[in-house]
Amino acid sequence: MSVIRRAFTEDFTIYRVAEIKPELLEAIAAGERIELDLAQVERMDSAGCQLLMLAKREASAAGKTLAIVAHSPAVQSLIEFYNLAAWFGDPLVVAAQ
Amino acid sequence: MDELKQVFLQESNEQLDALEALLLELEARPDDETTLNGIFRAAHTIKGAAGMVECAAVESFAHVVENVLDRLRNHEIAVSTELAALMLACTDQLRVLVADEAGVADVAAEEIQARTAALLARLGEYGPAAVGGQVSASPKASEPGVQRIPARHAGHTCWHISVRFGPDVLRQGMDPENFLRFLETVGNIRHIETLADGMPAAEAMDPELCYLGFEIALESAADKQAIEDVFAFVRDECRLAILPPDSKVGDYLKLIDSLPEDSLRLGEILVRVGALTADELAEGLRAQATPASADSAPEGTPIGEILVARQVVQPEIVAAAVAKQTQVSEKKAHDAKLIRVPADKLDHLINLVGELVIAGAATSLLAHTRRDGELIESSSLLTRLVEEIRDASLQLRTVQIGETFNRFQRLVRDACKDLGKDVELVISGGETELDKSIVEKIGDPLMHLVRNSLDHGIEAPAVREAAGKSPRGTLSLNAYHDAGNIVIEVADDGAGLNRERILAKAVERGLVEPDVHLSDREVYDLIFAPGLSTAEQVTNLSGRGVGMDVVRRNLQALRGTINVDSHPGQGTRLTLRLPLTLAIIDGFLVVSANRSYVIPLDAVVECIERPVTEHDRNYFNLRGQVLPAVCLRESFKLPGERPARESVVVVQYAGQRAGIVVDRLAGELQAVIKPLGAIFRHLQGIGGSTILGSGEVALILDISALIKISGQAEQRLLARPEQRNA
Repeated sequence: MSVIRRAFTEDFTIYRVAEIKPELLEAIAAGERIELDLAQVERMDSAGCQLLMLAKREASAAGKTLAIVAHSPAVQSLIEFYNLAAWFGDPLVVAAQ
Repeated sequence: MDELKQVFLQESNEQLDALEALLLELEARPDDETTLNGIFRAAHTIKGAAGMVECAAVESFAHVVENVLDRLRNHEIAVSTELAALMLACTDQLRVLVADEAGVADVAAEEIQARTAALLARLGEYGPAAVGGQVSASPKASEPGVQRIPARHAGHTCWHISVRFGPDVLRQGMDPENFLRFLETVGNIRHIETLADGMPAAEAMDPELCYLGFEIALESAADKQAIEDVFAFVRDECRLAILPPDSKVGDYLKLIDSLPEDSLRLGEILVRVGALTADELAEGLRAQATPASADSAPEGTPIGEILVARQVVQPEIVAAAVAKQTQVSEKKAHDAKLIRVPADKLDHLINLVGELVIAGAATSLLAHTRRDGELIESSSLLTRLVEEIRDASLQLRTVQIGETFNRFQRLVRDACKDLGKDVELVISGGETELDKSIVEKIGDPLMHLVRNSLDHGIEAPAVREAAGKSPRGTLSLNAYHDAGNIVIEVADDGAGLNRERILAKAVERGLVEPDVHLSDREVYDLIFAPGLSTAEQVTNLSGRGVGMDVVRRNLQALRGTINVDSHPGQGTRLTLRLPLTLAIIDGFLVVSANRSYVIPLDAVVECIERPVTEHDRNYFNLRGQVLPAVCLRESFKLPGERPARESVVVVQYAGQRAGIVVDRLAGELQAVIKPLGAIFRHLQGIGGSTILGSGEVALILDISALIKISGQAEQRLLARPEQRNA
């Protein structure tokens, strides 16, 4: 089983989502298990969150696993606000401040 | 009957069993909170489930019961014997109502209604004042229009906001997050569900368009305008629906209909958000459905949609019911791991395994006749696996007998009240497993035996004391495995059987000659004789419908036996022996006069040779022990010459041993039991038939009958000494 690990550093916002989308889809196509490291993502808005939802959905539809292995505070905060933590199913690690 | 209803019937019967057990427990320990809560939960679950399947009669009745239980739980009223009895009566009535719903009630409809009314009146004495008025005597009374369902939990004080953002909001720099964060200034967001169902497939999805929607429960004192104002900037760009707290369930249903997503999913979400409880959704649906069907669906009421929506709640309810059930009684811990499978599917599987066993035997036979070493080896491996599959699939059908035993708690309690006796029921070996089909068929015979013991075995307290025994009688039910059989014992410490009276009765009925000498065992066996059953029986009781002879016949139909052991003044012990399964046995193949017979392997002790010198004897010597010998050739009047060397299969059944004389031994096999036709019902010594690998039919010997026949022959000889010498 091939594991793809991708770390993103750019913001998951409306301004960048168009660029991030093909990257994400590529990663999903390449591996069986896709691990996203979002620890360095400073900002995320609804568009970014929506894109993550798409990625998760596409991965599941293809029988693959997409996991967010590291959340930045911004990512975690929005996922929690939208009550999607359970939907994504990734353990949210509270960052040591 | 639809599937949902079937599940309801099954579940509610289980809940009623639990309820009954708990009520009995409560009687013993009135202060136990856990029991009280368990009782309440069970009643509540029944009510909820009844509501789900629109079983108004059960629901409204359970509702009143629940009210009383609630007061009990809140210590507004105290547990008393009368109340416990009333509750038990209510449990019975619920059972009848449930049975009525299934169309299997053995009570007339008017009778049911009358009983319901009577019980409701009695319940009214315990319930809060309002209870009497709330439920009409006729439970089927139709519901008035759409009802407002009273608020029961926090969810109802919440506004429900349903919003779908337009595709362009993101591009216009308006992030849904901001609106929702702003919403938090108006009130407290209790629950939020994010939906992206409108999002197209990966290629078509434009990450800059918004596909998001939200279902929100907002706890707020603000008015509708204030909430709507939050979304003012996107008002034209989004679909917004705001439902005030305490909205009618129907409004939620309309909302479900109006939204683009799958209504099934939405229903789930509404329940999760807390806008509705699963119960309320169901209740509301019913309230809506009733007038709709009456007016022949005026505005084209979307009954179909309502039904779809109803399906929505189903998993929730069922899950909730399962969850509650797990708390009710101790064995429930396993329940969540159980799967319900229709019994006929299992029967089919076992049939197939049976065929597999036969086919396997054929292959193995072929391998041996061809003397093909490799084939023999592979077929033996196959045989082993088939054996394992057989055992495993038979295991699937086994259930613990404990549940059957526990049902007698109530019987014992009721009978004690009626008879003025004090009897303790002691259950042991409840975890013993046996085939479900046997468990089902053994319930009635067991009940009869238990009743008999209660009625006639155990004496009244005063009599017991006079006899120097504890005034409290003991009735014990025990089960254990013994050599491929299950043994069930019903024992009491009562007066024991009255040998003289049985004998006198038997002589009177012409069952035995007046001057014969019978052993105790034979005398006690007489209670199973057909002529001696029912009225004026030895035990003075009649009118129970089943006589002891019927009990015995029922057991024999299951290839089981029953024995009595009784000591005057000390009690009676009835021992039932039953096979573990009805379908397949391990057998030992023997041949006499070129015909094959199968002896159940469990009964076989050993095999020995028999020299020609002993041919004429009907006994043989097993290392100093003299055992009766049954010659198959003689018993079945088989033609042909006896071979010079015969074999004896020593068998054991219920503590008795005997030898079966056969021509030769042919080894072990698995026999799939095929019952014999009705014509052969009276054939003694044959229990069934099976098909061998060669396609030949072999008869399965009924060891207990053979031993009995040999025993009877011996008894006859002993009784008439002159014949022995002749």
